Amino acid sequence: MKASSPKKSKIIGEIEKKAALLGLSRLGEAGRSLRFMELCGTHSQAVARYGIKGLLPKNVKLLSGPGCPVCVTDQEDVDILVGLALSGVPIAAYGDAINVPGNKLSLDQARQQGAQVFTVYDVMQALALKKKYPKLVFWGLGFETTTPMTAWAIKNGLTVFSSHKIFPPAMAALLKNKEIKIDGFIDPGHVSAIIGTEVYKKFKVPQVIAGFGAEDVLNAIDKLLDQLIRKEYLVENEYGRVVRRQGNRKAQKIIVEVFEIGDAKWRGLGMIKKSGLKIKKKYRSQDASWVYRQAIKKIRQTIKHRPTGCRCGLVLQGVIESTECPLFAKVCTPENPKGACMVSVEGSCNVEYRYGKNKR
Amino acid sequence: MRSTTICLAIPGKIVAINGQQAVVDFDGVRKEINVSLVSVKVGEYVIVHAGFAIEKLNQKEAFEIIDAYES
Repeated sequence: MKASSPKKSKIIGEIEKKAALLGLSRLGEAGRSLRFMELCGTHSQAVARYGIKGLLPKNVKLLSGPGCPVCVTDQEDVDILVGLALSGVPIAAYGDAINVPGNKLSLDQARQQGAQVFTVYDVMQALALKKKYPKLVFWGLGFETTTPMTAWAIKNGLTVFSSHKIFPPAMAALLKNKEIKIDGFIDPGHVSAIIGTEVYKKFKVPQVIAGFGAEDVLNAIDKLLDQLIRKEYLVENEYGRVVRRQGNRKAQKIIVEVFEIGDAKWRGLGMIKKSGLKIKKKYRSQDASWVYRQAIKKIRQTIKHRPTGCRCGLVLQGVIESTECPLFAKVCTPENPKGACMVSVEGSCNVEYRYGKNKR
Repeated sequence: MRSTTICLAIPGKIVAINGQQAVVDFDGVRKEINVSLVSVKVGEYVIVHAGFAIEKLNQKEAFEIIDAYES
């Protein structure tokens, strides 16, 4: 894969022209930049890899939102999984998740202390591991894109600790945030493949569902500017090759069969009502938060919140850029991450660290 | 292909199906993929995420995505 930036193309010219037009009409707003937010780890990668932020006119800011599921996972969830692992419960999790620092340790550090922690690429591997380790708990984590897989695994006998979240409530929370005004969203491609396009219509802001190529992202920005010029807000689907209007019904069905909506805590965004997925009572015997409720209660009591100076929470909301965090690239690097945004290869800080040089 | 990430989905071609599992060819690399979330036949293209096919693609769409990955 080449990491070359696209040449100043026709589309950049279009974006410059439209942004200038909007800039003039917005002089009353003290020269405020237009702020668009992408909401998908895959977008963050494309944006950084092709240096897209650097190609945009000065009055168009592209922010990276909470599209990285590992990054938005609350530290307390990490602490619970680490606590369970250290008490002898074998834990399986997706690769990125095991390196996220909790208040005390990451799952990987727990493994170094002798805990049984396994990295899996998919839930089938977790089910295979369960044959050898019958008490195995899989850490179910992610948005609508990974939830159907966890639901399938629960139906096939896996025990799960659910940190699953649903995406639209986070978008609602971002739009309510007074610290940051968002002029348009680039909606996540693969979350939308599952949930479809209709759910976004309740947000009164221009939105484009986009694929993950550099052109896809630029095209989405161009379309968002068009909507602003026309003073309208639509949900445009520019990723029709994967995203259908009604989404993936089979996937939706299996999610609803196994999970129910509950409140969830997001790193950076705090508690968001009705934004989490809890395992239904019907599957309680495979719900680690129920099976190990006594142990989890004790773990919660011992959690000591340890300030690290990590500003991941603000980065996730687009309030600051990764480079504005005092830890970034100094003490916090992908090899020695201080926070979740540097751990995941989809995290804003990790992406910025690896590709930031392309931007300048 | 970075299989350790949660969020990256990639397209591949179905070469064999056995119940809920299928063999999917990703540009020469074959992997077992769960197809219980989609209705597919051998020869069709799917986009795969965390070991599961999440959506069917037509061939033209699949090639567009593969091109985007390789560009």
